[in-house]
Amino acid sequence: MKPQELDRFEIRFSGLGGQGIITLGKIMGQGLALGHGYNVTQTQSYGPEARGGSSKCDLVISSGRISYPKAESLDLLVALSQEACNAYYPYLKPGGALVIETELVGQQPTNRFLGLPFTALARDKVGVAQAMNTVVLGALSFLLPFVQQAIMRKTLETVLPAKIRAVNVKAFNLGHRLAKKEWGDDAGEVWRVEEGFGDD
Amino acid sequence: MPRRKKRKEIFALGNEAVVEGALLAGCSFYGGYPITPSSEIMEIMAARLPMTGDGVFMQMEDEIASMGAIVGASLAGRKVMTATSGPGFSLMQENLGYAIMAEAPLVLVNVMRGGPSTGLPTSPAQADVQQARWGTHGDHPIIVLSASDVQECLDMTITAFNMAEKYRTPVILLLDEVTAHTREKIEVPNEGEFEVFSRTVPSMPPEWYKPYEETVRGVPPMPPLGAGYRFHVTGLTHDRNGFPTQRPEEIVELLERIHRKIDQFFYDIQLVDEVQTTDADVVVIAYGSVARSAELAVHQARLNGVRAGLLKLKTLFPYPRRHTEKILGHARTLVVPEMNMGQMSREVKRVNMGRASVRTINRVDGQIVTPSEILKVIMQG
Repeated sequence: MKPQELDRFEIRFSGLGGQGIITLGKIMGQGLALGHGYNVTQTQSYGPEARGGSSKCDLVISSGRISYPKAESLDLLVALSQEACNAYYPYLKPGGALVIETELVGQQPTNRFLGLPFTALARDKVGVAQAMNTVVLGALSFLLPFVQQAIMRKTLETVLPAKIRAVNVKAFNLGHRLAKKEWGDDAGEVWRVEEGFGDD
Repeated sequence: MPRRKKRKEIFALGNEAVVEGALLAGCSFYGGYPITPSSEIMEIMAARLPMTGDGVFMQMEDEIASMGAIVGASLAGRKVMTATSGPGFSLMQENLGYAIMAEAPLVLVNVMRGGPSTGLPTSPAQADVQQARWGTHGDHPIIVLSASDVQECLDMTITAFNMAEKYRTPVILLLDEVTAHTREKIEVPNEGEFEVFSRTVPSMPPEWYKPYEETVRGVPPMPPLGAGYRFHVTGLTHDRNGFPTQRPEEIVELLERIHRKIDQFFYDIQLVDEVQTTDADVVVIAYGSVARSAELAVHQARLNGVRAGLLKLKTLFPYPRRHTEKILGHARTLVVPEMNMGQMSREVKRVNMGRASVRTINRVDGQIVTPSEILKVIMQG
């Protein structure tokens, strides 16, 4: 399948240090850059703390050359903490999508959001709370129409060490399945511009 | 024509690209001390360098010793590198001066973060520009390069090694936290697709060799220590044999030569990228990650009917004077955005000499200058 044309599609992952935000952005970026062939810049900012501080990771995805590497006006904001949601919601484009961790973001700034209890899912269904970021990756692979699930899963497998591969593939599939169930098939319709449907 | 071999694509950090570039350029010794945001360079070097055969990686006790180690390894014939950030860069200044005096080729990468002192360890700045130029004591020449995206990190590291070897001098590569911590898809060039320069070694028999002899280029040949050539190294002002001297004519000869060997090759050393500058009324002069913001701002200004252009500095020192002067033939306004209080705009104003109006944009809050801030100033003309 020919990749969809994109002109500066901007995603911001935000939350707390230790949630795996930057790893999430890195794997997604690698999948889109090397697997899908887009130009991608992934930038990050984080506090000096090892965990507990704020953490943010921007992805800019484009079919053409990317000049400014950071996100300025977001097509997709993933907020995994209340603080992050409050801080970055104003940067969301009109028509952009907000994805939140429903247990950690209690006060939603709008009723238009897509949410799942990612941490609880990782802890209860996968058995490892740290796999939360991979559940998010799985859910986004469903949501974003230009992401092919198979390529993203393969990237995940290549990047991770063997020891934690199986757990994360499980978390990825879980995220993808639940997003499809909870958010519905047309959740990512806003961004779809070409007629090609389906990933496989 | 032979078909070009496909290049390997990787999704890498700026810091990883620096390591790739260094290894391609033939770096075989790294001595350093980790510091955010440059630590990945050291981490990856520690993993990669010992796998290259004769590569040696050493973690030193601090940045003073790191410089000492790489100067020593350089004199022993190795291509050497270290990396640090602002606080460590200050500690390296003393031995940097020694390397300039001893004419030891080396590459020093400084990934700039907010300062002064410990400052903002995880935030970007461009606050060490003048420290890179004038940080070490004494009247000295220096080559300072910079990179604005991940591919350039790789390319400019190779360039830094080549210039260090060609001119027998320390070369400083200034990155900022944004460039160093951005991941992008880059192409790793295949062997033979890029130039690798190595220092000239003496061809005369050892008894004829004079370590600091005058040559046409001003760059004396340099044997590795232990190859049979007598070679005395000192930080004191020395004569052609490398021994201390206080004779005025010998002092002048030495100092003029170490300046001349860099100054006279300005056309080789001063590197810039120009974007739509030929007809521009407003030209943004930027470097590092801010040059990427500027590129977008210039593009947006053109869409709004303003003839804007970008002069991206890849060499910061010696300052690309002739490129700036060419632009001053038609530009009314120069805009200099920086993540400091105005360190490069001093150089621009010095060359400008009142011809165009110079507008500065300065940010010191640990954030990159955004395209919209630059666009606003461009639109004001």
